[in-house]
Amino acid sequence: MSKVLIIAEHDGANLNGSTARAVTCAQGIGADSVDVAVFASDGSAVAGQVAALSGVSTVLQIDNAANEQAVAAILAPQVQALASDYSHVLVPSTTFGKDLAPRVAALLGVPQISDIMRVESATVFDRPIYAGNAVTTVEAPAGIVVGTVRTASFSAADAGGSATVEKREVSAELPSHTRFVKLETSGGGDRPDLQAAAKVVSGGRGVGSEENFKVIYDFADKLGAGVGASRAAVDAGFIPNDHQVGQTGKIIAPELYIAFGISGAIQHLAGIKDAGTIVAVNKDPDAPIFEVADFGLVADLFEVIPELEKALG
Amino acid sequence: MKILVGVKRVVDYNVRIQVNPDGSGVATNGVKMSMNPFDEIAVEEALRLKEAGKAEEVIAVTIGPKASQEQLRTALAMGADRAIHVETDEEIQPLTGARILKALTDKESPKIVMLGKQAIDDDNNQTAQMLAALSNWPQATFASKVEVEGDVANVTREVDAGLETLAVDLPAVISADLRLNEPRYVKLPDIMKAKRKPIETVTLADLAVEQAAAVKVLKTSAPAQREAGIKVESVDELVAALKEKGLI
Repeated sequence: MSKVLIIAEHDGANLNGSTARAVTCAQGIGADSVDVAVFASDGSAVAGQVAALSGVSTVLQIDNAANEQAVAAILAPQVQALASDYSHVLVPSTTFGKDLAPRVAALLGVPQISDIMRVESATVFDRPIYAGNAVTTVEAPAGIVVGTVRTASFSAADAGGSATVEKREVSAELPSHTRFVKLETSGGGDRPDLQAAAKVVSGGRGVGSEENFKVIYDFADKLGAGVGASRAAVDAGFIPNDHQVGQTGKIIAPELYIAFGISGAIQHLAGIKDAGTIVAVNKDPDAPIFEVADFGLVADLFEVIPELEKALG
Repeated sequence: MKILVGVKRVVDYNVRIQVNPDGSGVATNGVKMSMNPFDEIAVEEALRLKEAGKAEEVIAVTIGPKASQEQLRTALAMGADRAIHVETDEEIQPLTGARILKALTDKESPKIVMLGKQAIDDDNNQTAQMLAALSNWPQATFASKVEVEGDVANVTREVDAGLETLAVDLPAVISADLRLNEPRYVKLPDIMKAKRKPIETVTLADLAVEQAAAVKVLKTSAPAQREAGIKVESVDELVAALKEKGLI
């Protein structure tokens, strides 16, 4: 009998879309119940959003001033305290989940399975290695299975659920050795979240400068798309790190991905493999991105974008 | 203070890996091996902290077969003071790796353990977090900036939402992300000098570490390939194609 506990990712007010994808992964396990824990200072709003996901059995709302920010060292002992009632603990494979899940697993004395991309059974999973250039099928040993869910591999659970929300007290000793100082966001404005966006427009080294990236932003806004970037563009300082798509950035699965001036290093391609349609615009006809693009156009992005904008009206 | 820095021998990041057709794994025979790139960044950061007067000694550690000493020599050539080789021919998964590092930190009492955020072979991204859990130490993962003031480190982390800063009391475990620094090039005289630096060899038994229950690898396969699509000749053709698919 499988009972899954998912740890919700949120910013205090809004549930992150990755959580709904972890719910879908949990359903693949054939779980008898899928509970979702919301750790927050006041998790009412987020718990309400979780309750509306179909497939969720119970939402556990753990309010504690110490949970104001998601700090792994503080959350992990609380997750550990809840985990004994469950067969599985799943967390989205975002920076939040990657930080938290191994700490939880080590406290429980079990290994952790990273980036679950397919569920074969309650204990057998596929996961990518070597930047997605190979896939291993792995079996978890006896004990609680702790895993992170590669969100691009699972669709989001639908809205339409009506799970009950239970307030819980968790008794765990919380450390004071780790303190949140600040979070600097690049202020994406109203642009859709990269990991949830149906369309993503991305720029690479070929964009040339921070100023030139305005062209990418403007085109993305016209499409209602999220804005991504290659590592080269982030390293060059054209755009902040939270836009990076790829193996060490964000793994995304939009319906439409348009890459401008991105050559397509393996690490970048690892982040877009699950996109519905990939469009690549690059001056270099030999750019590796064309090997995965559904539609490739060998051209100068600065000539293509105005034409595209005109065509879209 | 001491800094312990982890170094893993992995297939060089420039190698296009080949999956064995029988599903047994990835071909590593005759393949170029190197220090995990994230670990190189960790070594560099440890050395910079030492050069800034924040640390007295940098100790490089590896876990693996005899050949892993090559990567320790690289760390020593970069500037690490001495090295510890935990020699084993067994596969060591993150939880066991964390137990080994815990045993070494108990012995060496470093104030910072600096690790790469993940190894580019198994891509697990677990060992730093697990070591921190076993030691009940703070963890500051995915670091892009480390500032040490007395007994506290302020660490900027690359997170999905942007850049997060944590203040952690030392001792702490820090894992290095890509933009933390650019590792130095090793010069020939440093390679010569590194040959005289000490490497201590220990076994799991010496450290009284037992293997943790492991994840069993059933098979390894090549990933599903995306087929290359078509080249369009013009923006009009592209727009027509995307309209047909209902994407714009």
